[in-house]
Amino acid sequence: MIPSQFKYLRAQSVEEAITMLQETHGEGKILAGGHSLVPLLKFRITTPGTLVDITRIPGLKDVRIDGDRLLVGALKTHYEISKDETIIDNIPALAKTASETGDLQVRNYGTIGGNIVHGDPVADYPAIALALDAELKVEGEDGTEMLPVDGFALGPLITMMPENAIVTEVSFEIPPAHAEQTYLKYTHPATGYPLVGVAAIAGTGDDGTIDYIRVGVTGVSDVSYRARPVEEFLMGREPSEELIKEAAELAVEDAEMGSDLFASPEYREHITKIYVKRALYEVLK
Amino acid sequence: MNNELVNVSITLNGEKVSAEVEPRMLLIHFIRDIMNATGSHIGCDTSQCGNCTILVDGRSTKSCTVLAVHADETEVITVEGIGTTENLHPIQKAFWEEHGLQCGYCTPGAMMASIDFLSQNPDPTDDEIREGLDGIICRCTGYEFIVNAVRSAAKMMNDDSAVKGEV
Ligand SMILES: Cc1cc2nc3c(=O)[nH]c(=O)nc-3n(C[C@H](O)[C@H](O)[C@H](O)COP(=O)(O)OP(=O)(O)OC[C@H]3O[C@@H](n4cnc5c(N)ncnc54)[C@H](O)[C@@H]3O)c2cc1C
Repeated sequence: MIPSQFKYLRAQSVEEAITMLQETHGEGKILAGGHSLVPLLKFRITTPGTLVDITRIPGLKDVRIDGDRLLVGALKTHYEISKDETIIDNIPALAKTASETGDLQVRNYGTIGGNIVHGDPVADYPAIALALDAELKVEGEDGTEMLPVDGFALGPLITMMPENAIVTEVSFEIPPAHAEQTYLKYTHPATGYPLVGVAAIAGTGDDGTIDYIRVGVTGVSDVSYRARPVEEFLMGREPSEELIKEAAELAVEDAEMGSDLFASPEYREHITKIYVKRALYEVLK
Repeated sequence: MNNELVNVSITLNGEKVSAEVEPRMLLIHFIRDIMNATGSHIGCDTSQCGNCTILVDGRSTKSCTVLAVHADETEVITVEGIGTTENLHPIQKAFWEEHGLQCGYCTPGAMMASIDFLSQNPDPTDDEIREGLDGIICRCTGYEFIVNAVRSAAKMMNDDSAVKGEV
């Protein structure tokens, strides 16, 4: 399958990428790892006039800590994230997400920025990004702004991404050291994408009650979501098997389950509760 | 229309090659049709089967999912570049000895993915091999002999580096 014709431009800096996009008058698209975009180009689902390749821009693979936040360069690949010491030390659930995204070859090319900006509700990263209040650093013609991942995706592949702008960094809240973290994925056997993916981070204080709890869910609805009713129910309580069971029942409270040829809404509801329960057991054991 | 050609220069199996191509040309077509290195195969053409897997800067990649121009200035290694008939790469030797193939169509891609996988995990368990080769679809073998081949290659490569005193 051959994509339709387009013009190819290679940006050497963020500023240049923005200018190049501006000059395409709405016909341009950014190329990062290409592992969501190229398949769409080949099917001609998208037919941009120009591709602006940002992969040669230096500095967009850095990982650093700024206060209580971990900043990951947008071009960091899934493979690089899965191996990065700073990420493994601070947000192991992010490294785990990356190591379970796609397959060996996909992880070598796909990037965190592309994964989130693509706005795919069955992508893996949104679960951990939503759980840890992630923000996208968006650099564009009107300057730089931080866009929360919560609210960024409006529907499948429909996002708040401004025109003529590029995401340069993804910023995550670093959970407190005593909190346990996990990402649990029920992988669709054919696609490799999550049928459901749950990021859970939880900690208990000296008095034995839960003092930190975050749950993000991806794969089951038109937009990935943070399971706030679960968090609110658990906060301040003493963990027990019974409590976790009750909490997991709230996992689909605020969400509308999707329906497609892979699974019915009822099945998705069922599987989401089970995976939230298992993830909570793991972090509250 | 946008039919301006772009220059793509890569190092293909140690040799510098370049050509003027359309930006929309896929890397697999650049390698097979322009450079006549037909060892890498096109299977599904939809990023699933991994039969077109090659190494780009040392990492395995489905070359049907990369634009040739995106890989400009990289070092590309295909199955033609890993060994010769007289001097097979351990992965080739292992696929041969363990009969990690039937029709052979997926074999080049399966071997290239295995090389990358073993560089990340030189001493894998069978489960890890299966997980590592998730991005390869083989319709003949049922994978059993492929797993045997990768396990055997790992052993060969480890023994080999022990002899040479490498880690
Ligand atoms: C076989 C296969 C299996 C996969 N399995 C999974 C899976 O299990 N789970 C999963 O989550 N994903 C999966 N993916 C998708 C993969 O993770 C993609 O790499 C990722 O979703 C997109 O990242 P990219 O860097 O390749 O982005 P691209 O494909 O280059 O871009 C995607 C979109 O984001 C835009 N974009 C990219 N980067 C930026 C930026 N920095 N700023 C602004 N806009 C940007 C592009 O314009 C485009 O619209 C799979 C892909 C394949 C081919």
